[in-house]
Amino acid sequence: MNGGDLVTLFTVFVLAAFVGFEVISKVPSILHTPLMSGTNAVHGVVIVGAMIVLGQAQGTIEIVLGFIAVVLATLNVVGGFVVTDRMLEMFKGRQPQKPKGAGGDGGGGALGAAPAAGSTTAPASAEKAAP
Amino acid sequence: MSIDTGIHVAYLVASICFVIALKGLSGPKTARGGNLIGAAGMLIAIGMTFATPGLSRFGLMAGAMVIGVAIGFPAARLVKMTAMPQMVAAFNGVGGGAAAIIAVAEFVKASPGSLAVYQVVEVLFGVIVGSVSFAGSIIAFAKLQELMTGRPITYAGQQLLNGLVGAGILGLSVAACVDPHNWLIAVIGILGLLFGVAFVLPIGGADVPVLISLLNSFTGLAVAASGFVLNSVVLVIAGTLVGASGTLLTRMMSAAMGRSLPNILFSAFGSVVTATGGAEGAEGRTVRSASAEDIAVLLAYSQKVIIVPGYGLAVAQAQHTVRELAELLEARGVDVFYAIHPVAGRMPGHMNVLLAEANVPYDELKEMDEANPEFQTADVALVIGANDVVNPAAKNSPGSPIYGMPILAVDEAHNVVFLKRSMRPGFAGIDNELLFDPKTTLLFGDAKDSLTKLVAAVKAL
Repeated sequence: MNGGDLVTLFTVFVLAAFVGFEVISKVPSILHTPLMSGTNAVHGVVIVGAMIVLGQAQGTIEIVLGFIAVVLATLNVVGGFVVTDRMLEMFKGRQPQKPKGAGGDGGGGALGAAPAAGSTTAPASAEKAAP
Repeated sequence: MSIDTGIHVAYLVASICFVIALKGLSGPKTARGGNLIGAAGMLIAIGMTFATPGLSRFGLMAGAMVIGVAIGFPAARLVKMTAMPQMVAAFNGVGGGAAAIIAVAEFVKASPGSLAVYQVVEVLFGVIVGSVSFAGSIIAFAKLQELMTGRPITYAGQQLLNGLVGAGILGLSVAACVDPHNWLIAVIGILGLLFGVAFVLPIGGADVPVLISLLNSFTGLAVAASGFVLNSVVLVIAGTLVGASGTLLTRMMSAAMGRSLPNILFSAFGSVVTATGGAEGAEGRTVRSASAEDIAVLLAYSQKVIIVPGYGLAVAQAQHTVRELAELLEARGVDVFYAIHPVAGRMPGHMNVLLAEANVPYDELKEMDEANPEFQTADVALVIGANDVVNPAAKNSPGSPIYGMPILAVDEAHNVVFLKRSMRPGFAGIDNELLFDPKTTLLFGDAKDSLTKLVAAVKAL
């Protein structure tokens, strides 16, 4: 890496920081938990770095470190997205039950999105809506 | 288009997916789709990384991923809703650990003396922030999983020790910039772990949600640092996004508690009164407890009932039972809604998630500012497993560690009913004067058992 790359990366860093602030500046507290969990999943992108380290490793120490890093990062990615999806699944499960008021258009969206989310999650949310 | 260009474009697409994901997660209707877009972006990034020229050991990579999926997927899928906070802490910790390891590995790979000072600084930042986040998250996990006490742990000279460890890290970092050695990086990493443990130990009680959010943004920054080390734009973008949004979320949450972030981090919340808190309650002061039937009558003949859920509701998995009770009361013409404190539970929004699972409609969940004026006209405030967030000490006693924290004005309701397991004070270890108030009635027992009894009693009326 040369100095020019550093400046480029730093530019990206500064702009991304602004985007990060801007994008969540008005989040309702009802979504604080899923948002935290969702951002948690996004930093699982560290897996890309872990793969590069393992793939370019030259000595045993680096291979071991890279391997551990890939395992940990995979945990982060999988756990992060699955936990977030489980949390959000519950929000959807409620809406068909409550046709009145603001739930109307959201309910339609939920029904449309449920099959796309995969066959494994759809029965689960139907089950939750039942009792 | 060369493969390099293709990879860069793919990383750009992934980065856009992450931004859309965060944007989507900010609104209830778009949240789940946002999360899926984020996951898609992640798959794109991982898939294209396999195509990176010069990489080898794909078998090992796949093996490591299989191990990660085999552990992570069942853990995330099977964990109970109440254990979500500690799962988030754990998955956050491993991310920080991975970022620290990447920085160490890149340092080890570089031949001695070949790194410029700014590259050493990048490595150091990744190692320090990553290891602090890793160790801190593990301690937060242990506290929430009750592997260790959830109370703040303090000892003489704590601040001094933390300061010394911090100074040690800084001193060695300067030394590493001047004369980089592998052992220096290793020692700095170990000190980072030590600092992570030391700085989380004195944080407990209602401050844990803020802590988890802060550690989340730390991991984001550590990932961004590893992006600088590896010269990877996608790591810098995603890590910085998380770092920035996590910082903002942390600030929103500490603002909701009426405290500054440094105050939360360094003031050992609740530690001062932990020693006396239990004793005061046991000094023969009387509390009024009642049977489920009595309380059912009180509730059923009220005009307005406000339910205040807390961590006890989550522990008892009583969210469905409380909805059943609320619906029974509504069927009798009682006006029922839920008052949600921003930090009730162990994570921000914890109660919202829990009640959403039980199909409680949105419009029955009121946030603190909206709910507080309603208490004056409420016949009953039904407090289920909450304590610190309704403790009037936050308003009335300047000496209390929670003084200044905005609370739900439960004390203004005509009657207060507490469903509690025991007289033990809340997570923060502070006694609650409201329990001894003449207008307060207690129903002891597990929240779910008590609510089931209440449901049966209301039905029998």
